[in-house]
Amino acid sequence: MTRTLRAALAGVSLLSALTVAPLVSVTAAQAEELTLCWAAWDPANALVELSKDFTAESGIDMKFEFVPWTNYADRFLNELNSKGKLCDLIIGDSQWIGGSAENGHYIKLNDFFAAEGITMDDFVPATVTGYSEWPKGTPNYWALPAMGDVVGWTYRKDWFERPELQAEFKEKYGWDLAAPTTFEQLKQIAEFFQGREVDGKTVYGASIYTERGSEGITMGAMDVLYSFGFKYDNPEKPYDMNGFVNSDGAVAGLEFYKALYDCCTPPGAANSYMGEGVDAFKSGQVAMHMNFAFTWPGLQKDEAVGGDKIGYFANPAGPGGDRFAQLGGQGISVVAYSSKQEAALKYIKWFANPAVQAKWWSLGGFSCLKAVVEDPGFAATQPYAQTFLDSMAIVKDFWAEPAYASLLQASQKRLHDYVVAGNGTAKEALDALVADWTETFEDEGKL
Amino acid sequence: MIDTKTSPLNRAAEAVARSTPSRLVKRVTGLSDRMVAWLFIGPTMVLLLAINIFPLFWAIGLSFTNYRANRPNEPVESVGLRNYERILTDPDIWIAMQTTANFVFWTILLQTVIGFGLAYLIDRKFRGHAFWTTIILVPMMLSPAVVGNFWRFLYEPQIGLFAYAVSFVSGIPPTEIEMLSNVSLAPWSIIIVDTWMWSPYVMLICLAGLRSIPDYIYEAAEVDRASPIRQFLSITLPMALPFIMLAILFRGIENFKMFDMVNLLTGGGPGSTTEVASITLKREAFEKWRTGYSSAFAIILFVAVFGLANIYVKALNRVKQR
Repeated sequence: MTRTLRAALAGVSLLSALTVAPLVSVTAAQAEELTLCWAAWDPANALVELSKDFTAESGIDMKFEFVPWTNYADRFLNELNSKGKLCDLIIGDSQWIGGSAENGHYIKLNDFFAAEGITMDDFVPATVTGYSEWPKGTPNYWALPAMGDVVGWTYRKDWFERPELQAEFKEKYGWDLAAPTTFEQLKQIAEFFQGREVDGKTVYGASIYTERGSEGITMGAMDVLYSFGFKYDNPEKPYDMNGFVNSDGAVAGLEFYKALYDCCTPPGAANSYMGEGVDAFKSGQVAMHMNFAFTWPGLQKDEAVGGDKIGYFANPAGPGGDRFAQLGGQGISVVAYSSKQEAALKYIKWFANPAVQAKWWSLGGFSCLKAVVEDPGFAATQPYAQTFLDSMAIVKDFWAEPAYASLLQASQKRLHDYVVAGNGTAKEALDALVADWTETFEDEGKL
Repeated sequence: MIDTKTSPLNRAAEAVARSTPSRLVKRVTGLSDRMVAWLFIGPTMVLLLAINIFPLFWAIGLSFTNYRANRPNEPVESVGLRNYERILTDPDIWIAMQTTANFVFWTILLQTVIGFGLAYLIDRKFRGHAFWTTIILVPMMLSPAVVGNFWRFLYEPQIGLFAYAVSFVSGIPPTEIEMLSNVSLAPWSIIIVDTWMWSPYVMLICLAGLRSIPDYIYEAAEVDRASPIRQFLSITLPMALPFIMLAILFRGIENFKMFDMVNLLTGGGPGSTTEVASITLKREAFEKWRTGYSSAFAIILFVAVFGLANIYVKALNRVKQR
């Protein structure tokens, strides 16, 4: 063999080794890495921190794909619909469960739960129904309850405790200024603070959800509508909505929500959702603030409005004494198109562990495990813990049907048209909503 | 039968062949000039067919079905003309079309008046006119995403400069100037931004028209003692008219499918006040996932724009021939 040929062969060998070696290591690494998809928000940061323990225990690296809330549904539903392999694990919104189960995006977890001794009886019932079951009310599980969430309220306790404001309020309304127990009281407080000068600054009554594009105004208005008598359908006859969605109580509830928007929100709050609400509260613009519970740990820590200055309360009662709150939150599922389902199931098994769930809560996540939230010391762990428990006890959720996106867009349009744009009456808006939803269910073959 | 020798494609191929340097042609031995030309045109044609023509025919096919892109496992059924019937009888769709027509009318009217006015001023060739031309052109060079977010802050009733400026002039408190959330003001908030951004574009086209008018025509008019107003009405306006009409055509087509600015500023709200057809289409296609229905809507919009543009182009040609 000539020297030139030998040199050439050596060169080829070296090149091959350099090319193949990284490929081999990449393949090996692939099996040891999982991608978890979720929304980009505070609890996601807590999950990154928590997951370091999983990596330490299992040797499996965790990669995270977080998308802002405004694009969260679009981005991940597209990913699932296109059978993408980006996500091995996904924390999908509660309303996706029907579509994801029926379209085969999530793997069914019943056998896995049975084999690993994970029982849904260990989780808060509302979260099991909301995040895991499809069809609702049946023992078919597609997710493990991961992040409990519910709409509730924060308020400026420091303003509420000021003697001069208390005296003025008592004189005007005849009851002590405190966290409201009815929606009527809530409106009175909001009116009291609207346009008032506090510490030389003009402040406003309340920040409520009014966002049009995704789900905001529905998530907000439903909190009031539920407590005023709104029901999605006839309990005796599924999908029979006339007289339930547009009942007299529901109409009164929607009129109330509009009145609250008109009288007591900051200027320009026509498209406000979670982020805008937090901004309004943090900047000291509002006395009360409607938002999902996940925002509370961040607000509690805030130097300007947190600590002793902030208080929490669950949704107050409607005129008939009913109290309900809109469920948020999500379950964690294994994506059916993932090639690493075994490792993904390992993560779920680890996540269901009570010690991990306790740490999850301590880091700012909202555990759904009874062992954590029903612990006698739970209410004292955080100033908002009791409100979270009270709120989780009264939850209701939006439709979780496969056609939820059409149903949601219809309610966004009808509610925004009436509440923010002031078009027509509450009765007309809800009648139109019944017509829209009926058409959707007819298309689905359910009517 | 189609005459292949005189078809537009062959004429284009021959034109490319004629303009190809002879040295290059010689190097590609064994291929005819026409073949070489086809090699150059081929990739573009394939891309055009793949990206434009094929999706168009695919969408036409989907518009007669109940297909939903988020339900890939469900059987696709033919629904005949039901999607078209639903769209054409849906009052919300007609409201969206009216909203679109309003936007197109007002934005074009304002942009034409302002754009032509600016062009007329810039054409005076005063000192520093090149600098001012550049400054005026800045808005149209910005990304719509930047412009949308920037104006959202300007319109903010509590901290926005726009609200404070209007308040300073009108005496109305800035917190009451809710440009994006007031039903009466929200459409104007978008019209103002679109006019601010695209009047320079109209100005540019009109300026080209004004600069193309030979000076000797004005000199002859001066000799005939025609007043400046007479010169404007009899020379400037008629001779710049084809350019103005061209600008209207471009802006009309663009504004008919206006999406980015509406989406960024109001998202179609408050309620459905600013929901133009493209926003409705996006909601049907990518939020409700009614792919068949939205394909039918897209075809209707395409036919409407195509039909109106054709009528307009014929009118434009008639003006040019005068």
